[in-house]
Amino acid sequence: MPGPRAKPTARLASRPRPQHQATQEPAADGWDPDAIIQTRGLTKRYGTLTAVDHLDLAIRPGEIFALLGPNGAGKTTTVLMLLGLSEPSGGEARVVGLDPTRHPLEVKRRVGYLPDNVGFYGGLTARQNLRYTAYLNGLGRREADERIESLLEQVDLTADAHRRVGEFSRGMRQRLGIADALISDPALLILDEPTIAIDPIGVAEILALIRGLVREHGLTVLLSSHLLEQVESICDRVGIFCRGKLLAQGTVVDLAAQAVGDDEIVLEVGANAPGEVLEAALAVIPGVERIGRHEVDDRLRLVTAGRDLRVELVRELGARDLPPIHLVRRGEALEAIYRRHIEQCEGGSR
Amino acid sequence: MTAVGEARRPDRRRAGWWVIAEKELGDHVTSLRFIILLLILAAAVAVTLYFASARIRDLAPQVSGIPAVFIALFTLGPEDIPILRFDIFVGFLAPLLGIAFGFDSVNVERSEGTLPRLVAQPIHRDDVINGKFAAGLAVIAVMLAALAALVAGVGIVRLGIVPSPAEVIRLIVWYLLTLVYVGFWLAFATLLSVVIRRAAASALFLAFGLWVVVTFFWDLMATVVANAFAPASGTADQVLRNLQVHELLTRFSPATLYQEASLVVLNPGAGASDISVPGTIGQFVQGQQQIPSLHSLDQSLLLVWPQVVILVALMVLSFAAAYVLFMRQEIRA
Repeated sequence: MPGPRAKPTARLASRPRPQHQATQEPAADGWDPDAIIQTRGLTKRYGTLTAVDHLDLAIRPGEIFALLGPNGAGKTTTVLMLLGLSEPSGGEARVVGLDPTRHPLEVKRRVGYLPDNVGFYGGLTARQNLRYTAYLNGLGRREADERIESLLEQVDLTADAHRRVGEFSRGMRQRLGIADALISDPALLILDEPTIAIDPIGVAEILALIRGLVREHGLTVLLSSHLLEQVESICDRVGIFCRGKLLAQGTVVDLAAQAVGDDEIVLEVGANAPGEVLEAALAVIPGVERIGRHEVDDRLRLVTAGRDLRVELVRELGARDLPPIHLVRRGEALEAIYRRHIEQCEGGSR
Repeated sequence: MTAVGEARRPDRRRAGWWVIAEKELGDHVTSLRFIILLLILAAAVAVTLYFASARIRDLAPQVSGIPAVFIALFTLGPEDIPILRFDIFVGFLAPLLGIAFGFDSVNVERSEGTLPRLVAQPIHRDDVINGKFAAGLAVIAVMLAALAALVAGVGIVRLGIVPSPAEVIRLIVWYLLTLVYVGFWLAFATLLSVVIRRAAASALFLAFGLWVVVTFFWDLMATVVANAFAPASGTADQVLRNLQVHELLTRFSPATLYQEASLVVLNPGAGASDISVPGTIGQFVQGQQQIPSLHSLDQSLLLVWPQVVILVALMVLSFAAAYVLFMRQEIRA
């Protein structure tokens, strides 16, 4: 039994992760020694289809990086290559300092993975499912049991641990999947679509769980999603991914800054009155450039302006006895840039 | 070169394939199909045992006429209904064991979405298929051993038949032979479960269909083709030619190969003329004049060595195909 596995309970306690435990591979030229994940020209082709096209990515320890993109953008393919489960057609990757194609076992030992649409053995209980994973990770019976109980506690499934996973809801499965990915006490957690097909409360729970894990264990998280608004709140940096290409990457603030300035501000306005009445009132308010209809709700109007008119709108509409009951600034910067990138990319090749 | 990596390697007390085999074994023995198959086989054994002991009692007065009484428990039955003999019945049903424990081994992991999670664990990918095959074979081995032991036990206790060492060895050889034969079906079903990615049911139907063809229709088809080549009744030459074509065709079926090998291994009295058609009229006459004699085990084995080798090869090739395809498949469907 090697040293690091000796005290499983101790490892659960919060402790700072060594920023860089690499040294495994001699720092070859061009590889960033600080990155926990790095890819250079990573490419995957299936026949004529290029699923991932010369991807260059660098993720540092301790950050939450979100790979954002529509379905079929190549996110899962990228993740599979990072885990050594799929062989790249070109380019290279380094994960926890190792080449996943050449050292898949070493990489998988240190990376926890929650697959897209995670599946469990429905006939086994949650605990049995986790035990299987623990044994596959070479844990002994006792340390496996200790670790499983502690993880079940963290994902709030202790009360349901004796139930068959077949009876679990999507959200519960997803939380179990996170516990499952953490069994080997990984340095890096890769979550593929962790919030897909889950109700809003479940999404909030999972995001809170991920945030808590990062804070407590100093994990690095790479997550992929096609729903920006769900992950925007927790990630440090995002990469916008479409048709196998990384269109933009950076911190949320950076990307937001790019969007600001050249974008108009759009406000969703609603009052306790028919849309036409509201529209007439809005039309005379100074600063309003354009008024449009809301895509779904007939009672709402979209106000385009050169600056944020929310304060003026509250005052002016209030004075006209139409106090706004709905007033939201739409296209907050990051979402706008995300949409623009994706639309360009998808529209361009259609 | 990866010093830190080496240090973190978990101890070797449980290899990946072993953990997988353990889990699969647990799944198998608690599954409904295991219980159903066990019941069917137990019923089959009870019936064959009943007929075998009845025959032995009938023949008891001239017991010296039966060369090996203990082994006769496995090979005797009503004279007109061969299927009620233990060896034939097992040869008939045993493939179902292989199919039942193999047809959904890989495709269910796919359809349930557990495969990506499984292969993302620090194990080699071939651990998955090796562990599953080992578990299937282990379950089958235990079931077959239990059945054979049941027959032997009843024979010893109820009929007072004491096996001779040579008979025990013959029984063990037969057991291994049967295991290889069922192993072929297991490997074939596993291959289908790798190839047919989505529905486990279609793999089951395909395997089951092949079983039906091989056990029920192969002989019929061979007869039809042989009759087209030469009439089944006519001159001695024509009949012989008919029989030769028939034999050639039936030997393409693993079921025939197993039946021939099983017959010879379990019957010290079975000779070449019991399993193969003579090449010439002269040999035919010679065969007729031969004095029936008992073969030692090595003589019997020599007689069916080709059959045994082909059965082993079939099992190995089926598994190798399943293995290679699984290793080359993308994890995503």
